[in-house]
Amino acid sequence: MNPTKQIVSGLARRQRAEKRFRLYGLTAVVLGMAFLLLLFGSIVANGYKAFTQTYIELPIYFDPAVIDPSSERDHQTLFSADYWKLVKTAVYQKFPQASGRKERRELTRMVSEGSAYELRDQVLENPRLIGTTQHIWLAADDDIDMLMKGYIDRNVPEDERRLNDRIIGYVDSMREVDAIERRFNTTFFAAGDSREPEQAGILGALMGSFLTLIVTLLLSFPIGVAAAVYLEEFAPRNRFIDLIEININNLAAVPSIIFGLLGLAIFINWFGMPRSTPVVGGLVLGLMTLPTIIIASRVSIQSVPPSIKEAALGVGASRMQAMFHHVLPIATPGMLTGTIIGMARALGETAPLLMIGMVAFIVDPPGGFTEPATALPVQIFLWSDSPERGFTERTSAAILVLLVFLIAMNAAAVYLRERVTKRF
Amino acid sequence: MDITETLAIPIPEQLDSPAVPDQADLDLTTVGDFTVPDPRMKIRDVNVFYGQKQAIFDVNLDIGSNSVVAMIGPSGCGKTTLLRCLNRMNDTIDGCRVEGRVEMDDKNVYDRKMDPVLLRARVGMVFQKPNPFPKSIFDNVAYGPRIHGLVRDRTDLEEIVHTSLERAGLLDEVKDRMDQPGTGLSGGQQQRLCIARAIAVSPEVILMDEPCSALDPIATARIEELIGELRKNFSIVIVTHSMQQAARVSQRTAYFHLGYLVEVGSTKDIFTTPKHQLTEEYITGRFG
Ligand SMILES: Nc1ncnc2c1ncn2[C@@H]1O[C@H](COP(=O)(O)OP(=O)(O)O)[C@@H](O)[C@H]1O
Ligand SMILES: [Mg+2]
Repeated sequence: MNPTKQIVSGLARRQRAEKRFRLYGLTAVVLGMAFLLLLFGSIVANGYKAFTQTYIELPIYFDPAVIDPSSERDHQTLFSADYWKLVKTAVYQKFPQASGRKERRELTRMVSEGSAYELRDQVLENPRLIGTTQHIWLAADDDIDMLMKGYIDRNVPEDERRLNDRIIGYVDSMREVDAIERRFNTTFFAAGDSREPEQAGILGALMGSFLTLIVTLLLSFPIGVAAAVYLEEFAPRNRFIDLIEININNLAAVPSIIFGLLGLAIFINWFGMPRSTPVVGGLVLGLMTLPTIIIASRVSIQSVPPSIKEAALGVGASRMQAMFHHVLPIATPGMLTGTIIGMARALGETAPLLMIGMVAFIVDPPGGFTEPATALPVQIFLWSDSPERGFTERTSAAILVLLVFLIAMNAAAVYLRERVTKRF
Repeated sequence: MDITETLAIPIPEQLDSPAVPDQADLDLTTVGDFTVPDPRMKIRDVNVFYGQKQAIFDVNLDIGSNSVVAMIGPSGCGKTTLLRCLNRMNDTIDGCRVEGRVEMDDKNVYDRKMDPVLLRARVGMVFQKPNPFPKSIFDNVAYGPRIHGLVRDRTDLEEIVHTSLERAGLLDEVKDRMDQPGTGLSGGQQQRLCIARAIAVSPEVILMDEPCSALDPIATARIEELIGELRKNFSIVIVTHSMQQAARVSQRTAYFHLGYLVEVGSTKDIFTTPKHQLTEEYITGRFG
């Protein structure tokens, strides 16, 4: 039989197979993208409103009789004065129709308890406010915030709602005179955790993550690169080194929670380091990231053309000079890429941090490596466990912030990878 | 230079000889005198192994001063391996073992006390594929003098870089763009840059492993011309798979076969009156 004919008779079948395969591939890609969009979409839809917060305008009279009865402007007196009373007085005046004890309690509950601290800070900063009346925008309670954001259904029977008709009436009346509005939620970026959603922010978690990652980077990058350089260039080829190499690869596959247990046993119980602190978290995550960085660094050292190293040795460079003058500079972008990817993984890691106690409820953002802290993913975990609608919203918002950081880190990695390919 | 001669395209390494003559009845002991008066380097009873496999068998060869010796032979006969023994570049290959002596000033370069760094400063190397550093032209040439501390200040360094580039016949082409990357030059220019880089540390011997195999005929002609010039100041060992090139640039030629040095002698004799049957068959083109 004629070979050309044979080929032609099979052609149609081969083309069909190819088309089918392309279709599979396309379907897989489309499905993947769809899930990703769904995930991002739901997070954004849930979280974007947390970036605004409802504020109420109140004419606050900084009553000297309340704040500073002795008129001495003494710091301690000003610090411990009852500012909440100023808020109460202001709301009572604004809504004189509310007279009963219960109704008045309802009124004051419209304003966030954090407002007292807000007023205190203003007075401490500017004591001349005392004796004056100022129109001040104070954060509303999270239930009011939810109402303003449309999460509370007015058609539900009154006793099944978190807010009764009276309060909704107050809110509506304030709305008419623009005394209540949604503004950018600076608290979310400027405060630590809180029991009250409207006072809770991610600054504490961000600082915790930042400090933790610094420790992680300082530990894993130098050790990882040094180990990679040694293994690639100086290690003798023998069983022992083979064993080390195999174990580094195994270590990269160890579940992260194991590293947490290790940190608990060694750093906290044995070395006696303080628990819940960025330094311990950083050490644990650093150990976890180490194999990733070693492997990535070795791959990028291997990808440097050997001719470059030979050229250096050929003019009489020592092995170390050839490494540091020629191989490493070319391998650096690749090593940094690996490091950033390892860091991004460390940033999103929760389990090992739970083991070493970085899951505690911590209000003040940490000021140092040995102060109790929590981390961004752990904060997300904590908030996702809270029943308040305000925390649900903040959970999604915190996830968005985490995603922004992760995407930024990955973009940096891609940028560096592009640079290394352009060099050759 | 006759370009048509250069155009006799060398046989690519991949197209291995279809008919290597039957070995069994062939005597592979070296024919011809491997010594020269006043040698720069001496190779004595060298055997090289890659793991279990032996690549070089009992080779003796002198490298003369201020002359070019060419190593020729079919692909895989061990030319590169032997060349890399001379500056211990074989050290970098896992499993490579060298037996015997390679002498320079009556000292064995394989002696424990010999520092390969010093050896490689005295025995420079130009590789088969041009391999400039991905740095500026200036830095490429300046690298050797810098790491060996051969210069006191910037003026010294600039002078070395200039003279090296000049001797490599590259100065005129690059003097306006010394800060451009060396990797941006043409293949032939890159190879001359590598030669400049090698001579910048004033070596005594220059090893060249098929320096023209990646170059076009015109660039090849320039390099060959340059080798003729460099011979006045350096001892040169060149590996080539082009017999025409060996004939053009070298004074002595060594013919290798399967790891044995089969015949060595003056280039003229080897190409006009080869004594060994294998040499004759090779240079008359009966196998590659
Ligand atoms: N790194 C190496 N590992 C193992 N064997 C090698 C290595 N380099 C070369 N060889 C072997 O040694 C022999 C000589 O090789 P080589 O010196 O490169 O020959 P040539 O340069 O003459 O073509 C060949 O058989 C080759 O397969
Ligand atoms: Mg070769």
